[in-house]
Amino acid sequence: MSAAAISVREIWKYFGDFPAVRDVSFEVERGTITALLGRNGAGKTTLLRMIAGLSRPSRGELQLGEPGPNPANQGKRLGIIGHGQWIYDDLTAAENLHFFASLYGITNPAASISHWLEAVGLASFRHSRAGEFSRGMRQRLAIARAFLHEPEILLLDEPWTALDDRAIDLLSSLLTGAHQKQRTALVCSHQLTETLQLATHVLVLDRGRLAFAGENNDQFRASPQSFYQRVL
Amino acid sequence: MNEFLRQAGTIAAKDLRAEFRNKEVLNAAFSFTLVVLLLFSFAFDPISNPDVREMAGGLLWIAYAFAGVLVLNRSFARETANECLDALIASPAPAAALFLGKCLANSVLLLVLELISLPVFGVFYDVRWTESFGALLLIFLLGTWALSAVGTMFSAITANNRLRELMLPVLVFPIVLPALMACVSLTGLALAGEPSPNAEAWWRLLIVFDVIFTLLGATLLEAVLLS
Repeated sequence: MSAAAISVREIWKYFGDFPAVRDVSFEVERGTITALLGRNGAGKTTLLRMIAGLSRPSRGELQLGEPGPNPANQGKRLGIIGHGQWIYDDLTAAENLHFFASLYGITNPAASISHWLEAVGLASFRHSRAGEFSRGMRQRLAIARAFLHEPEILLLDEPWTALDDRAIDLLSSLLTGAHQKQRTALVCSHQLTETLQLATHVLVLDRGRLAFAGENNDQFRASPQSFYQRVL
Repeated sequence: MNEFLRQAGTIAAKDLRAEFRNKEVLNAAFSFTLVVLLLFSFAFDPISNPDVREMAGGLLWIAYAFAGVLVLNRSFARETANECLDALIASPAPAAALFLGKCLANSVLLLVLELISLPVFGVFYDVRWTESFGALLLIFLLGTWALSAVGTMFSAITANNRLRELMLPVLVFPIVLPALMACVSLTGLALAGEPSPNAEAWWRLLIVFDVIFTLLGATLLEAVLLS
């Protein structure tokens, strides 16, 4: 059995004539936290969206774990935090999670919802509408939604956005916990300090091309400010 | 199959919960229907001109079709806030379940609108609709599903379009026209209480239309969402 949780082979993505992602190939090993880094417009979000199944590659192949007979199971494997948070403003925090619990077929959803609302510090807001939440609270609800169904693979696009210090610590501990349970995470972010502290592996995109792929190291962690000078 | 239906039901329940909570579309669509029915009533004066009652089915469905577009416009537009549509695409729910759930929610909302407006229509047009309520309900169910099936599909296509409010009726009405013609004829016949040899053909058309566009929507939605 392959150790790769995510396998990307010669992927291209065009928007019109512009290639946003160019001939990118890599594998993300099972049980790792991989940082997907790069400057603005490098193609990180485009690549993450293709891995999440939200857009189709123009060319190349993508595979998540072992191919299964039921494509619906692919969705159950993934927990995603995207740019838009994916939260319904008209529903309460608990109703939002209940909706996703039902879509993902979670057994005993009430217990899972209570657990995750508690974990992200929103237990006392469970009956408040998400539309009334601050941006940070919404991001915490998005974190609860992404972790709710205990996914094998986490795809996180700028997960630290709008989080305060405590919430950053919370997300870091959740990712560390997922790593200990042999879950896989691919984290795309501009916040190098937080991301490099957690990551076991690093991928760097530069103008759509894969510019660096390798294990994270103490040098990167010690001086995230000079990270791009080192790898590009 | 159970999981598919559960997912479709979950999506429908979410849409209905959100709409019944703020009623932003229902209020607008009901107000629109009332205004249209009232204006037609003033224009044609059905109380002193009984011949106009023969047109009542057509007038009723004109109001329902245009009010329906208001409801259908919000169906996928609702998912664009906070990029929730991505959450649905990435979820394990197949696109067909998403289509069915959305179509079901739209149909329920339209049926609520139609059933609330029907007594008002009866008063404005001096039409005795209670005697043919069973037949009317069946026409409403099939006609509403036809409008929802086509409208849900095009609501997905226009969801990210800046001019979606203009685009949706332009795209939906030409396609849904045969179903609306069947609804107008069958409603007219039901209100008149007269048996007609043409009725069976209209019923068949409506049922076949529902089946075809439900299958088309369920099959094509994934391609639409990922394009």
